[in-house]
Amino acid sequence: MKPKPFDYVRAETLDEALDALARHGADARILAGGQSQVAMLNFRLIETEVLIDITRIEALDYIRIENGALEIGAATRQSDLKDWPGLAEKVPMLHAALPFIGHVQTRNRGTVCGSIAHSDPSSELPLCLAVLEGEVVLRSKRAERTLKAADFQLEMLTTARAPDEMITAVRFPLGDASAGHAFDEMNRRRGDFAIVSLAAVARQDSVRLGVGGVAGTPKVRNWSELRTGDIDEALNAFAWELGGHDDIHGTARYRRELVRRLGRQVIEEARSCRR
Amino acid sequence: MPQIGRNERVRVSLTLDGKKVSGLAEPRMLLSDFLRQQLSAGAVHVGCEHGVCGACTIRVDGRAVRSCLMFAVQAQGCDIETAAGLAGEDGELDALQKAFRKNHALQCGYCTPGILMSVTSFLDSNPDAGEDELKDMLGGHLCRCTGYVGIMRAVLEYAAARRA
Repeated sequence: MKPKPFDYVRAETLDEALDALARHGADARILAGGQSQVAMLNFRLIETEVLIDITRIEALDYIRIENGALEIGAATRQSDLKDWPGLAEKVPMLHAALPFIGHVQTRNRGTVCGSIAHSDPSSELPLCLAVLEGEVVLRSKRAERTLKAADFQLEMLTTARAPDEMITAVRFPLGDASAGHAFDEMNRRRGDFAIVSLAAVARQDSVRLGVGGVAGTPKVRNWSELRTGDIDEALNAFAWELGGHDDIHGTARYRRELVRRLGRQVIEEARSCRR
Repeated sequence: MPQIGRNERVRVSLTLDGKKVSGLAEPRMLLSDFLRQQLSAGAVHVGCEHGVCGACTIRVDGRAVRSCLMFAVQAQGCDIETAAGLAGEDGELDALQKAFRKNHALQCGYCTPGILMSVTSFLDSNPDAGEDELKDMLGGHLCRCTGYVGIMRAVLEYAAARRA
């Protein structure tokens, strides 16, 4: 239950972090909140030669609105986003989803970008990023590039990040005031990993539904027109497409059933808060 | 930019329950182990060592966090608070500890110091928290003795007394 030995680098600026990444590449890992990563290091599920700590880079600790999006820096804690006064109005989906993320004690240290970098299929923030069509800003010493959520999230715990790149920020588009948003998930105990998580955005007749925990990455479906009488059939088809997997927490069949039942609930909830 | 080799032991200085202290740590040393082994902070209890049980919860710069999910070298210069700092110099229990004692909120006591630190931190930033929010906060801790009823009673009593 102790990590293998590693070298530690505390970056004080973004340039220092990028220098260290350029030098060590795939031998290094970025340490942000560490609420998943340190547990995995303790278990020796992962190991690293070098750990680059970015938590003290003040320039990466920010929440700001820019070009119609809420931009969150790589050192910003989940608690700080949850407590950000404008959140319910600016990005209602995040306001709905954040209380489900771990516990207050892990949100106090865990970062928003770290969760997205980790890309656990059952995590709430990657699902929000996918359903809201957010973006990930990646920097290396070579260049900066911005990827859409769908291009960043490749497979379970796998992203398009190159070994010398790090996430410097993520961007969530601001919610439009007429749309309704809802988020819900099923787990055995509040704060545990979700067995299935769902996020819905409803506008006039259309619905956009994201599902986490069933496939390897969050999957999103758009229905430009979804009549109330057609919801069950649409969800059933989506559930079978997602497939699902058996594990200690539930069978693939149970996961598909959760997509059908919770799916209906979040769609109805999102529709009820349209304006 | 500070860089520490894997076999290097460096001096980590921090404030522990109001006193400036320091000890030696290599990069992979967990903060929980550092506090116990180097600084004799016995109020830091180590349970699961992967962030689930909450026994090792301490306050770092005011916020309740898992000390098993931080490395000691990350705590350089931080203000660390543990349950050992709650009681007065004369050993008199503070109001939260008294509420725990009165309501039989502990049996073996292993989870208790972590819970105490979560409660004080949470109420500092959410002084008006209601029963549901306090339950949610307590969800970050495992207690295998009490069934949580006594703990909730103690926490609610303490929260009400703080507001009064």
